[in-house]
Amino acid sequence: MSAPFFQAEGISVQFGGLKAVDGVSFHVDKGEVFTIIGPNGAGKTTVFNIISRIYNPTAGRIMLEGQEVTKLPAHRIAGLGIARTFQNIELFEHATVLQNLLIGAHVHRTTNPLAEALFLPSVKRAEVALRERVEEVIDLLDLAVHRDAMVAGLPYGARKVVELGRALCTRPKLLLLDEPSSGLNVEETEDMAFWIEDITRDLGITVIMVEHDMTLVSRVSDRVMAMNQGRVLAMGQPAEVQRHPAVVEAYIGTPAAAAELERAAS
Amino acid sequence: MRFIFKTRYEQDIELFQHGGKVFWYGLLMAVLLVAPVFVSPYVLTQLSQVCIYAIVAVGLMLLAGFTGQLSLGHAAFMAVGAYTQGVLVTAGVPFFVGIVAAALFAAAVGVIVGLPALRVKGLYLGIATLAFGTIIEEIIARAEHVTGGNAGLMVPPVNLFGWRFADGPSFYYLCLAFAVAATLIVINILRSPTGRAFVAIRDSEISAQSMGVNLAFYKTLSFAISAAFAGVAGGLYAHNIRFLSPDQFTVVQSIELVMMVVIGGLGSVHGAIYGAAFLIALPQMINAVKPFLPLFLSEATGLQPTVFGAVLILVVLFEPLGIYGAWLKTRTYFDLFPFYRQGMFRRQKAFQKSDRLK
Repeated sequence: MSAPFFQAEGISVQFGGLKAVDGVSFHVDKGEVFTIIGPNGAGKTTVFNIISRIYNPTAGRIMLEGQEVTKLPAHRIAGLGIARTFQNIELFEHATVLQNLLIGAHVHRTTNPLAEALFLPSVKRAEVALRERVEEVIDLLDLAVHRDAMVAGLPYGARKVVELGRALCTRPKLLLLDEPSSGLNVEETEDMAFWIEDITRDLGITVIMVEHDMTLVSRVSDRVMAMNQGRVLAMGQPAEVQRHPAVVEAYIGTPAAAAELERAAS
Repeated sequence: MRFIFKTRYEQDIELFQHGGKVFWYGLLMAVLLVAPVFVSPYVLTQLSQVCIYAIVAVGLMLLAGFTGQLSLGHAAFMAVGAYTQGVLVTAGVPFFVGIVAAALFAAAVGVIVGLPALRVKGLYLGIATLAFGTIIEEIIARAEHVTGGNAGLMVPPVNLFGWRFADGPSFYYLCLAFAVAATLIVINILRSPTGRAFVAIRDSEISAQSMGVNLAFYKTLSFAISAAFAGVAGGLYAHNIRFLSPDQFTVVQSIELVMMVVIGGLGSVHGAIYGAAFLIALPQMINAVKPFLPLFLSEATGLQPTVFGAVLILVVLFEPLGIYGAWLKTRTYFDLFPFYRQGMFRRQKAFQKSDRLK
């Protein structure tokens, strides 16, 4: 049996005495949409930060297509084919949308700084070629209106889309989406769902997503993993994870605790 | 108002976006080229100084304005360039070899000074570079057998292929050529992947890294380029002043250089040039109004730093984009007349940043 497309084996990370992520293992198959859910502080974003090498795991390892990710420096991850978005949007504020997307294509640059300083014809050709590729993403995400606008002046919804676009410009195999629908209205969330479907179906990109909006989760996810306090509670089909007693308990507490609260209130 | 309708990708990266710019920059170039005919030798020397400082300014702008790395040690890079040039030319090395050596040596020092940038940010980086700058100043003062120490070092005038570029128009043209070349190099870098990587580091290190930007490499590169520019400017400065001593390159000088880019307008190449012009013009303006001031004011020590400080405070308070920002607003006002609105340039509140994971 060949190795799975993406695999996390017993990853843990500890901040002082706090075990933010504690022995989490999961695998993701190619072309899948895999969603991580859980209450605040469950360690979902920390898992993302371990995958994108911002944190060093204290134990465990991560493999992408049989290659160990956990040994590489953070800036090599994008070249490997893992792109991500951030929970609270980390765009390059004082640059245009186009420039943001072009930075997304940074790993595909073909020119060296010396040639760029002289702006040789090869650099010009490479720049045009990069723009042609970035334009595909602009088309896909309907960003043409904002193309030359400064990110600092864009509305929140548009920023979310730009961030998705920037991640796509790295031409990833695996896309990590950290709460793609947070702060979006119903219509924008709907668009986001369409795009996630497009990305997986048409572009063949595997998606790992952290999300709170259960409608979106059920709609796009193939499998769901629920976490709480750094541990995996349940994994499986969206519907079955949502009904899992441990998950229900993590979100709304046990019936006994609820009764306790009710007594205290009255 | 002009609207540029883009039909080709090349239009994004062209040096001049439209014919108007070709005209205005052409006119500026023409004026600069014929300037020696019209202005007095004194003004010409000042123009040479502006060109020299413009080279430092575009380099520092690349580092501070586009990569977001504060350096309070730029006078030290100038010193390295100036002394390299001074010592080499005195030893009989040709001008261009000296300039290249000055650039490379300053860049090497820049890489070393830039090392703290890989660990610390903002004010702390400023303090680290300030310390390095002081160390370099001290080294130059102590290495008497090479640099002449505090007694100073005499620098011969530029000699190029048997031509003397001693002073006046020839030296001015030399400085102008270097300034134009430096500006073009910075513009070229900014419209290619390296420049975008710099901007990415400035705006969000964490996502720059996630987009595959090697922070250590690009920060170091930015320091190296910036220091090399300061080195070249230092080399020209040496020929302009003809006498070098360590007290020309103190911390105060470094701070003046940072003020130059801040007042000019952080984050714009135009701003760097405006800042350089301002830095040279301000003492002249102060001297011009001095006779009209009451004696206790005009004779007061520290008048110039005080005015500098006041201007800096005013700029930071009222025009964070500096002289370039003020120009941009004025231009937009006339472009859109009579539809300009107050607050058109007001920045939208940046949305909450995620924990920067510093």
